[in-house]
Amino acid sequence: MKKVPYRNQFSKILGLALIVFLLFASPLTAQDAVVDVIATEAAAGGGDAAKGKALFNQNCAACHALNRKMTGPALANVESRLNEDEGLEKEWLYRWIKNSPGLIKSGDAYANKVYAEYNQAAMTAFPTLSDGDIDDILAYTAAPAPVAPAAAAGEVKSGSSETSNSAGVSNEIILGALVLVFGLLVIMLLLVNKTLQRIAQANGIVVEKENAEKRTPIWKAFAQNQFLVLVTSIFLLLGSAYFAYGWMMQVGIDQGYAPIQPIHYSHKIHAGDNKIECKYCHSSARVSKHSGIPSLNVCMNCHKSIYEYVGNPEGPTKEDIENGYTNEFYTGEIKKLYKAVGWDEEGQKYTGESQPVEWVRIHNLPDFAYFNHSQHVSVAGVECQTCHGPVEEMEIMYQYSPLTMGWCIDCHRETNVKVEGNEYYEKIHAELSKKYGVDNLTAAQLGGLECGKCHY
Amino acid sequence: MASNKKYWKNEAELDPNDSIVEALKQNEFVEQIPVDDFLGDKETLSSTNTNRRDFLKYVGFSTAAASLAACEGPVIKSIPYVVLPENIVPGVANFYATTIANGFDFASILIKTREGRPIKVENNTLAKVGGSANARVQGSVLSLYDSTRLQGPLANGEPVEWDVLKAAVKSKMSGLKGSSKKIAFLTQTYASPSTDRLLADLMLANENVVHVTYDAISEDAALTAFENRYGERALADYDFEKAGLIVSFGADFISDWQGGGYDSGYSRGRVPKKGKMSRHVQLEANMSLTGANADKRMAMKPSAQKVVLAKLYGKLNGTSVGGNTSEYDAAVDMLAAEIKKAGSDAVVVTGLDDVNAQTVVLAINEMLSSKAFDVAAPKYIRKGNVKAVNSLVADMKAGRIGALMIDGVNPLYSLPNAADFKDGLSKVDLTVAFSTNWNETTEAVQYVAATNHYLESWGDIQIKKGHYSLMQPTIKELFDTKQFQTVILELLGSDQSYYEYIKETWTANVLNGANWNQALQDGVFSAETMVVDTDGATQNAISSEDMSEVVGVAPIASAIRSLVNTTSDGMELTLYSKVGMGDGQQASNPWLQEFPDPITRVSWDNYVTISKADAAELGVENVNVANGGMDGNYVKLTVNGVRLEQVPVVVQPGQAKGSVGLSFGYGKKVGLKEDMQTGVNAFMLYDGFSANQSVSVEKVSGNHEFACIQLHKTLMGRGDIIKETTLEIFNTKDHSEWNEVPMVSLDHQEVPATSVDLWDSFDRSIGHHFNMSIDLNACTGCGSCVIACHAENNVPVVGKAEVRKSRDMHWLRIDRYYSSEETFEQDDTKKDEFDGLTGEKGSLSGFGELEDPSENPQVAFQPVMCQHCNHAPCETVCPVAATSHGRQGQNQMAYNRCVGTRYCANNCPYKVRRFNWFLYNNNDEFDFHMNNDLGKMVLNPDVNVRSRGVIEKCSMCIQKTQKTILDAKRDGRVIEDGEFQTACSSACSNGAIVFGDVNDEKSKVAELKESDRMYHLLEHVGTQPNVFYHVKVRNTNEA
Repeated sequence: MKKVPYRNQFSKILGLALIVFLLFASPLTAQDAVVDVIATEAAAGGGDAAKGKALFNQNCAACHALNRKMTGPALANVESRLNEDEGLEKEWLYRWIKNSPGLIKSGDAYANKVYAEYNQAAMTAFPTLSDGDIDDILAYTAAPAPVAPAAAAGEVKSGSSETSNSAGVSNEIILGALVLVFGLLVIMLLLVNKTLQRIAQANGIVVEKENAEKRTPIWKAFAQNQFLVLVTSIFLLLGSAYFAYGWMMQVGIDQGYAPIQPIHYSHKIHAGDNKIECKYCHSSARVSKHSGIPSLNVCMNCHKSIYEYVGNPEGPTKEDIENGYTNEFYTGEIKKLYKAVGWDEEGQKYTGESQPVEWVRIHNLPDFAYFNHSQHVSVAGVECQTCHGPVEEMEIMYQYSPLTMGWCIDCHRETNVKVEGNEYYEKIHAELSKKYGVDNLTAAQLGGLECGKCHY
Repeated sequence: MASNKKYWKNEAELDPNDSIVEALKQNEFVEQIPVDDFLGDKETLSSTNTNRRDFLKYVGFSTAAASLAACEGPVIKSIPYVVLPENIVPGVANFYATTIANGFDFASILIKTREGRPIKVENNTLAKVGGSANARVQGSVLSLYDSTRLQGPLANGEPVEWDVLKAAVKSKMSGLKGSSKKIAFLTQTYASPSTDRLLADLMLANENVVHVTYDAISEDAALTAFENRYGERALADYDFEKAGLIVSFGADFISDWQGGGYDSGYSRGRVPKKGKMSRHVQLEANMSLTGANADKRMAMKPSAQKVVLAKLYGKLNGTSVGGNTSEYDAAVDMLAAEIKKAGSDAVVVTGLDDVNAQTVVLAINEMLSSKAFDVAAPKYIRKGNVKAVNSLVADMKAGRIGALMIDGVNPLYSLPNAADFKDGLSKVDLTVAFSTNWNETTEAVQYVAATNHYLESWGDIQIKKGHYSLMQPTIKELFDTKQFQTVILELLGSDQSYYEYIKETWTANVLNGANWNQALQDGVFSAETMVVDTDGATQNAISSEDMSEVVGVAPIASAIRSLVNTTSDGMELTLYSKVGMGDGQQASNPWLQEFPDPITRVSWDNYVTISKADAAELGVENVNVANGGMDGNYVKLTVNGVRLEQVPVVVQPGQAKGSVGLSFGYGKKVGLKEDMQTGVNAFMLYDGFSANQSVSVEKVSGNHEFACIQLHKTLMGRGDIIKETTLEIFNTKDHSEWNEVPMVSLDHQEVPATSVDLWDSFDRSIGHHFNMSIDLNACTGCGSCVIACHAENNVPVVGKAEVRKSRDMHWLRIDRYYSSEETFEQDDTKKDEFDGLTGEKGSLSGFGELEDPSENPQVAFQPVMCQHCNHAPCETVCPVAATSHGRQGQNQMAYNRCVGTRYCANNCPYKVRRFNWFLYNNNDEFDFHMNNDLGKMVLNPDVNVRSRGVIEKCSMCIQKTQKTILDAKRDGRVIEDGEFQTACSSACSNGAIVFGDVNDEKSKVAELKESDRMYHLLEHVGTQPNVFYHVKVRNTNEA
């Protein structure tokens, strides 16, 4: 009689404690919304700078940066710099931008100096830019640099490390609470049992202890029943065979294989965030059996000018930071690329000392299976993602499909051959679809299941 | 009752003091079991305290670890280019036009490269001259990846820098300036305008430079005869396509006679068109490839050939030559009558190493004004000068040579007087050999300049006047090697590369304003204008024949006299070059070593060929032993005191009585792996650079084991395997008579086999249906398809011992059959006339007789690969469905599915399935190209390398047909006829193998399938093959 209120009291306390914990945890997770980087642009040159920025990105950014020497010189405050150091007027800049080769030819001293300094790579002439456009661009270059990104990133980092901790704690709390609940349940059961026994005792009922000797133990009874033994062992055997089969069938299937690569290359950033077409880098997929791992010169098409990672406009997500995918981390990976390809960032030239990157191959087809990318990509028009999964979301590339023969066959059975506009298929498709009485032939109907098509 | 008797096993046991007895009592083994030997170093083993139990633990652990690790896939690295070369797309093949010119083989070819590696040789169809690759040229790509190649320059056998070598040569050359000693260059035939110019430049800079050209197998007689007659050291060209009658005196023009390259034209003339084909009469001693293809072959010793040639000239000329009667008169009359009838359609050629014979042949062709005979634009691919070589050796011995550079030849192996040359070498101050491989000559010289393989070199070649080819590198030098011409340019102090030098030569002398890049892309350039020019010049020369006749009469008369007086004393030896080995340059090439000779079907050997009569007289024979191998006795050959001690014998049907044959190219030892050191060196008997020698043959003891892949010699009257007929019957009778469809019994009635079908037919009218046509008239048996198939399909080399056990892996074989009577037709008749089991016409003895080839048999070649039966017997017996049929007609083989029961091979009526008895790659037991990293570079990445325990066979190059289809799909176009090719069909420049889609009505193969000559192999079996043959037609029309 006494125990019941006691138990109630206990669970109440527990429930309260849980609520308090959860309340305490939730504000911590909500805190990261507070952090915001204010990087508004200083409107130094009036409305011109905004226009100038667009023009700059459109025309100049391939070779120039504001604060960094690239193919061409850094352009921050170029107008005032030229004026102060060289005594050159805006007029000179107009002439230079509109027709730099002409200016060099005319024998202008500073023009020739710049020309010589930058490996005699003449700047493209921009006769289409009006003086007004150039003024806009100059206004943009004269604008003060945006809030130092490093500081902002630091701020973000410090703010978010707390949040990441709190996220970890909240998980642990939930787990802990669950353990507590289970513990309580066990205790309660014991208590109930005890109470019941006490009640029984109090009522004078003698609980008879079963006579152990008279009864055969259950395992003995089981062993004696041959039918049961037979059925069980059949079940056991079948069960283990099922699991053994399942286990063996996965041998050599590396679905989900995501090895650590020598350079952390994020498909998410390239194909996802920046929407680079897959076949820009994997160009041989169009014409060859291999999709090809891009050679490093392909990387350098962009990374000659993209020398650092500046991240999402919204800043790195919590998850990224948890994994250590900070801007510095990515920039470090770009440096690894420079080292491999032998790119001297300072001198903006190749040193010739290259170090091929040893990527770990993810999709390993056995030698006895022939697969041709161009057949699927160019002829059939299959999206890369059909087999390779959501690559644009993969921070680390992994094997999405099982790449088993059954998987190939299934697709060949279901997929219609893309015959539209392909003269090759005209005759055979007309005749064969008539024979099979279908509108669209599947790859299988066209012979896509024959052994020799892939095994030779 | 116990006995007190003492038994002893050994006398020593009686001696109680013997230590061994005591030891035996104590130990089971007298000596310690040499556990330590196999466990490794004794000391390290004793210093550890690993006992037996520990050892077992380690073994157990490592086994467990290994099996655990096996569940985990290996980590495979993928390393892309840092900077992708512009023209390379990984996985897509590039083709480059280049030319082989190794002094023996000259051909314009295409090289297929994958990821920058040359992997296959193809014919250059743009080339009008020399555009066909023979078996050796097909195989030459493997020699690039020869692991025994020299990897850098050597001085006295030690590696040195190029600068050291060049400095040594340079200082010696300047030291010799003004001295009386000469600087000699002993080289192969280059036929290269740029190299000629380069050597001329060198001679200009150093007046004491002499250049001696040396061909291992000399055509000096033909060159001298031509030079005497036409004033230029070159070889007359022959277009056998234009010839209506070919009379050949021992000229093996289908293989290597005068540089070869004549087989395509010959074959084109051999296919009956509008009831006409060429007639070919061959007089020869050895059974050559050419003789095997002849309509009429007369086995004749070289001495007899000379007499007949002289008498023939007389007969044609209307003069009486020699005695009135001789045993050869009948032959001469027959030949003369035929030639007179054919007139200018006839052409006479000879391979006799005799200036007189060569002169007479030129005179006859001139007399006939033969259409096939071309002296206006002669060939330049043999330049070797015997006199110059001999005087060089004499000069060397006399100490008159200050420096000797050798390029492209191996005189210490191939000179008959190699000992003299070696003597001379020691008296030369500076000796340099340019070579790709370590050999007899590099062993003896001071400096070895490691040279490029031709696939790493620049070059230009003028195969025939006005027909130029370019050689361009298809891969960067694999090793620290330089080509001869580059070194010479450097010695001259030029900073030009050889490429620039060639371009300069061509712009100035060859191109005549044409585009250099176009010429480089095509690989060939024909200076049409120049030919017209020289045509005019030679027209003049020929029209002023009276003059040349005046000059010529006396030499001809004396030539005839000396020819007709040729006497024969005893056995005559004819040295020849084998299709596979040529002059032996590529002796380290396993493909070529394993290539079975088209005639004897023996691989990995050379041997004396001898007629059956002579063999019986000598008591030598070939026996077939129980394991399927062929054995032969040894003989000793003696020529002018030079002896070859142990030469195995092959009894050759068709070998002229009193003659023997022996092939060049074998017996090399230095620088070769042990497996490749095969045969005997015939160059030792090449006395005076004449292939015709008188020889004494003597039986010696011993038995030689051959690796012969075809023991069955005759067709046994089974006319349905090789069907043949004569031109007359072909022209006059219905094809049902000469191309009978076999009859089978259905419901007790004889019906044509083609009308009976046990199976439900599959509709093959939709899509592609591949068929292959093999024309037995056009097939000369040259075997380039065999090597092409090897290269394309990664067919393994198994070695001599395995071939002997009939475990050769060739997917494509060329069966050779002899007739047991004079002709195959007589065989058939004989078989048909069998009556009863015994008796005179009994089949029991009759079949026994049919097994023996006749003395001068007819020969037929038949390429056999998987017939890709539409009703394939192999497919129905495979327990695991590893072999199945494709819609496009190919019989497909899934290696990964095969479990190796070999039922299919057992059930195949054509015996074309091959079983992998061993793992032939990465296996220490085999030392061929698939077992070293370098050799593996030749593998075709599109074709599987098979493992042990699976059956493999011809796939009809499904990787090639699939590629053609894919290319068309990608371009969205219909496939043109001729696009579908297999390795063998594209290698066959004779047009014997044609491949294509029979569902394309306009295709050539569909047209050929409708031909009257078409038949299937073993048609009565009802397999409905997708490979068909064309009845062989022989032109037996005698005048």
